[in-house]
Amino acid sequence: MKPPVAYRQYHPKWHRTRVSTFWWSRKWSYLKFMLRELSSVFVAFYVVILLLQLHALRGGPDAYQGFQDWLRNPLLVILNGISFLFVLFHAVTWFNLTPKAMAVRLRGKRLPDVLVAAPNYVAWLAVSALVVFLLTRQG
Amino acid sequence: MAETITIEVARYRPEEEGEPALQSYEVPLNKDWVVLDALNHIKDHVDGSLSFRWSCRMGVCGSCGMTVNGEPKLTCATFLSHYAPGPIRVEPLKNFPVVRDLVIEMTDFLEKLQSVKPWIVRKDDPAPAKGEFLQTPEQLDEFKQFSMCINCMICYAACPVYGLDPQFVGPAAIALAQRYNLDSRDQGEQERLDVLSQHEGIWGCTFVGECTEVCPKNVDPAGAIQQYKLAATKDWFKSFLMPWSKQ
Ligand code: SF4
Ligand code: FES
Repeated sequence: MKPPVAYRQYHPKWHRTRVSTFWWSRKWSYLKFMLRELSSVFVAFYVVILLLQLHALRGGPDAYQGFQDWLRNPLLVILNGISFLFVLFHAVTWFNLTPKAMAVRLRGKRLPDVLVAAPNYVAWLAVSALVVFLLTRQG
Repeated sequence: MAETITIEVARYRPEEEGEPALQSYEVPLNKDWVVLDALNHIKDHVDGSLSFRWSCRMGVCGSCGMTVNGEPKLTCATFLSHYAPGPIRVEPLKNFPVVRDLVIEMTDFLEKLQSVKPWIVRKDDPAPAKGEFLQTPEQLDEFKQFSMCINCMICYAACPVYGLDPQFVGPAAIALAQRYNLDSRDQGEQERLDVLSQHEGIWGCTFVGECTEVCPKNVDPAGAIQQYKLAATKDWFKSFLMPWSKQ
């Protein structure tokens, strides 16, 4: 958008404060936003691990064994732990934001936020339960 | 002697100083006084040169927004006693150029507001034959929350995106665009989308969500913007998958 009034562009007497590069460090809600943005890096990290895993799977049992050994590297275990926390944070914050993005109405009334966010958690639980089932079945 | 509280006010008099500086005043700590009352006390009894905007004193006009202890607030709705024993720091709203003391320059906001056409747009004859457009309470309920905005710009002061990129249309203007989009009498959705589908429009928002936290009128601009994004995306998919279904 172009300002239609040209003279406003030069106004030496107004005082403008520049936003500091560290604006996000001043307040918990800003910091939370930054962490949420940062969490996508860890989500991407998970995706890469998954792709590597698929690649190893295609390479046969030996390659897969090698991949699993590589995963046991303490550095990777720590990195995975940190990623797990960030991915959890990512999921929870986005789940809680769904009611903001979707004004779900039922018979003319807007559904309370909890009810809009709840299906996310239910689906999450269901998928987790399925994964646990698949893992334990192998025994 | 009655209790007092210290108020540190950011003063900026461009003819005297190059940078804003804090000036301290002692004001009576009355239970029923808001920050604006204290500023008026200073102006009337201590220092008549202090400049700030206000009008209604009751959270309706939206002109008394300032930064109180770092948070953007309507000063007519912010009690002194809340900050006791003080000191209270009062500064102009963030993210806007300061003209003088606590007075900010708001033309930018007004232009942005104008750009989203916050009025009822009709393609047909503007006035219906029988006087007014009818609307059911349910239809009113669709947009009522967004219509409570008093243009106080507190959400702009809280928005880091606006602070970093002044081109961003900003929370209140988008919430008001959505208010008219959701109005059953309005037909201007496409015209507004032309302005707001640009990068400086809805997609500039990264959903920090602070606008909704600070809004004194419970408008929920963050919600309005995300709902707008959802509607725009659906719209795009529809025109992509079914190009023949032009509105
Ligand atoms: S949306 Fe809220 S904070 Fe923003 S201008 Fe309107 S009333 Fe003020
Ligand atoms: S003076 Fe009108 S909103 Fe505060």
